[in-house]
Amino acid sequence: MAHDHHDPEDGHDHGQHPPSDMELRVKALESLLVEKGLVDPAALDAIVDHFEHRVGPRNGARVVARAWSDPAYRARLHEDATAAIAELGYAGRQGEHMVAVENAPGVHNLVVCTLCSCYPWPVLGLPPVWYKSAPYRSRAVIDPRGVLAEFGVALPDDIELRVWDSTAEVRYLVIPERPAGTDGLDEAALAALVTRDGMIGTARL
Amino acid sequence: MNGVHDMGGMHGLGAIAPEADEPVFHHPWEGRVHALTIASPTRGNIDAGRHQRELIPGPQYLAMTYYEKWFRSLTELLLKSAFVTLAELAQGRAAPGPKAEPRLAAEAVQPAMTRPASYLRETPTQPAFQVGDAVRCRNLNPTGHTRLPRYVRGHAGQVVAWRGAHVFPDANAHGQGEDPRHLYSVRFTAPELWGEAASPRDSIHLDLWEPYLERA
Repeated sequence: MAHDHHDPEDGHDHGQHPPSDMELRVKALESLLVEKGLVDPAALDAIVDHFEHRVGPRNGARVVARAWSDPAYRARLHEDATAAIAELGYAGRQGEHMVAVENAPGVHNLVVCTLCSCYPWPVLGLPPVWYKSAPYRSRAVIDPRGVLAEFGVALPDDIELRVWDSTAEVRYLVIPERPAGTDGLDEAALAALVTRDGMIGTARL
Repeated sequence: MNGVHDMGGMHGLGAIAPEADEPVFHHPWEGRVHALTIASPTRGNIDAGRHQRELIPGPQYLAMTYYEKWFRSLTELLLKSAFVTLAELAQGRAAPGPKAEPRLAAEAVQPAMTRPASYLRETPTQPAFQVGDAVRCRNLNPTGHTRLPRYVRGHAGQVVAWRGAHVFPDANAHGQGEDPRHLYSVRFTAPELWGEAASPRDSIHLDLWEPYLERA
């Protein structure tokens, strides 16, 4: 079961103001569908468990760390990212057609879905609320440098910025630049350096 | 359709509000809505699901949270497909009748979530454009579903990749079949889309189906 998030210490406004009856309405729909035999409640538990525990940015971080460590893997990732990512066991819904876009000394990549909330679930899990929200979706394409600045990234003028709007079933994974001074690190240590936002492009490592 | 969901390029929609240590679901009901949507007998046509969310009237779309929109569109799809009736929803009880078989059983969830799938389809037609071609987005304003955002219509770009023939959402969302069409990654310079004040070093890439494009 999903953990509840009613932390009394957390007074932040996250733009989440569900009507107080949402929980009841969802419960009512679920029991109706179960009564009609249309859904299996144990399947719902398994789906929630999948998204809470089996997918998430740690998967993508492993892909990035492998690309940093293994030039042959990096080449395969550029050739066919879906297949290269499947080598590590990540595939399925919202990861059907993966493309890896790699940052380089003169190039930065940023991913958005202006029309809805497309996001590579197998490698990053479900998107954060800000990624699905109007402010990011509207401005990432017209003012990507301003958006990056809001995330604390001051992108120098001479760096080329490539924005990827996920309008089809192609999903993008940003491969950040490998941080300096990490030569001696193994893949697990490298993966620990990779953040979700780094793989969306709203952070630089 | 020219709805508020097509928000690329708009100003004034507020500040981006990242949340530290954000949970996957903020409330248990959000996880249930996500799971119900995936397990629903209406699932199977991702384009119809997206279109149903776009049909939420603009002022409400902007005011609702993400999973409120999912809940509403799920309910409407279930009604539309006659899996439930308004009376059943109002009473919270099933009308007498035979019991269905769930489309997705618990043991089928993991394979269903992680099985490689594809939107690529065979088509007898050859791609009309090649990598490097200059193309322009047609000025299309369909009232149904489309994945051609307003902010690129009428603008010129360059084909940077051919993705193969993919299921065409404009047809599939409306039950008109998958109608596979060639899909291209098209690069637009920021000044082409946003004027001379935009950085010439910035570019925006979209995946666009052939019917959206003409030769520039």
